[in-house]
Amino acid sequence: MDFSPIPNELPAMWEGMQLTLKMTVLGVLGGVLFGTLLALLRLSHNRLLAGIATGYVNIFRSIPLLLVIIWFYLAVPFVLRWITGADTPVGAFASCLTAFIMFEAAFFCEIVRAGIQSIPRGQVSAAQALGMSYGQSMRLVILPQAFRKMTPLLLQQSIILFQDTSLVYSVGLMDFLNTARSRGDNIGQPHEFLIFAGLVYFLISFAASRLVKHLQKRLAV
Amino acid sequence: MISIDKVSKWYGDFQVLTDCTTQVQKGEVVVVCGPSGSGKSTLIKCINALEPFQKGDIAVDGVSLANPKTDLPKLRARVGMVFQHFELFPHLSIIDNLTIAPVKVLGRDKTEAVAKGHQLLERVGLKDHASKHPGQLSGGQQQRVAIARALAMDPIVMLFDEPTSALDPEMVNEVLDVMVQLAQEGMTMMCVTHEMGFARKVASRVIFMDQGKIIEDCAKESFFGDTTARSERAQQFLAKILQH
Ligand SMILES: Nc1ncnc2c1ncn2[C@@H]1O[C@H](COP(=O)(O)OP(=O)(O)OP(=O)(O)O)[C@@H](O)[C@H]1O
Ligand SMILES: [Mg+2]
Repeated sequence: MDFSPIPNELPAMWEGMQLTLKMTVLGVLGGVLFGTLLALLRLSHNRLLAGIATGYVNIFRSIPLLLVIIWFYLAVPFVLRWITGADTPVGAFASCLTAFIMFEAAFFCEIVRAGIQSIPRGQVSAAQALGMSYGQSMRLVILPQAFRKMTPLLLQQSIILFQDTSLVYSVGLMDFLNTARSRGDNIGQPHEFLIFAGLVYFLISFAASRLVKHLQKRLAV
Repeated sequence: MISIDKVSKWYGDFQVLTDCTTQVQKGEVVVVCGPSGSGKSTLIKCINALEPFQKGDIAVDGVSLANPKTDLPKLRARVGMVFQHFELFPHLSIIDNLTIAPVKVLGRDKTEAVAKGHQLLERVGLKDHASKHPGQLSGGQQQRVAIARALAMDPIVMLFDEPTSALDPEMVNEVLDVMVQLAQEGMTMMCVTHEMGFARKVASRVIFMDQGKIIEDCAKESFFGDTTARSERAQQFLAKILQH
């Protein structure tokens, strides 16, 4: 084992890590936003809308993420051409991000839905009794409380996404893992680089998860 | 102010309210009592359309609830409501609890709303608690905040659903005192409560409900005065709660 070439390659791997982090953060933001919308649809009294959202969640929870990524990579340019009638180049980054958002939304939806349902019904009544519309009572009263309760779960899910972003290697994106792997191959020391990458994933995920546990305790009191 | 006309309501096959009819005039304080499950909460929630009803109509200040064109949030903004379990917003400070609806619903100026909030807190004896959160207050204090929160909307009528029944006994009076003061200032009120001392002091009328029906609806003097003229159910009920 010879780990000495690694320091030289750190700048390149940092580039990759930036892509990983960007993908994670944007994926979480988009996923939470879209997931919240799905949760509101699932909880709505409109059977059709609730049914569509439920179907969506069930589908995306039943297919592998890798498949969604590849599928979007192939399908997004095709769909765009069909809509705009012209070749609209989208990078692998955009198609991967779309795939993550669509996929993660199904999971965030369930977390948000459970969060909303955990808020006592009396809170909705109180908000409505003050003249708030459905939208206002959600935005001002229910969701702020629900998100506070859900924060640990949302962060836990974000840590999983942080690791899952490594699947972008399948469409050739140079994220942290893919960069480490290709550098290791080039230099001829693939094992050392993969061990190093694993260590980095572990340290970041483990530290984040400890942080979440700590937060959970603080939110509980 | 409130006119309830032959209102009936069902939960599935179960009829919660049967042909309920009564009025509350401006400035009146009407106390509603009756055994558990008799439909008191349901009736009072129907008045600000928190619960829908299937038959009859309710008009608040001339606005009909059965009319599908009625803007329900707008109507609710004019009707104050106080709940058994307070239902303060736990993520907001006390003063924010008092200002959120005036600002977001009525579009009032934030600084004015805050000034009015402090005034109301002073009125319910809690002016030093403005920046605390609901969880830091006792039950009695929370309920007084809830009353202030409802008053912040300048309601034309106040509805109370057993405002003191979730409180420890030593906190009941601090809440009742606020309610008595409110009644004496001329607020129109409809209160579900078993606090007969409160009813004796400020009620204009007392309504007794049983199994979804309004059985008694009479002036306070006759309700407490000549009990032999009351229905058997009401007599039994009164005998039970007046023992305490
Ligand atoms: N959402 C609901 N679905 C089905 N039945 C309900 C529902 N809410 C209330 N009920 C029933 O309607 C009846 C009247 O309830 P309500 O809460 O109005 O009674 P109440 O007089 O306020 O009683 P309490 O003194 O216990 O508060 C009860 O039998 C109750 O079980
Ligand atoms: Mg009740």
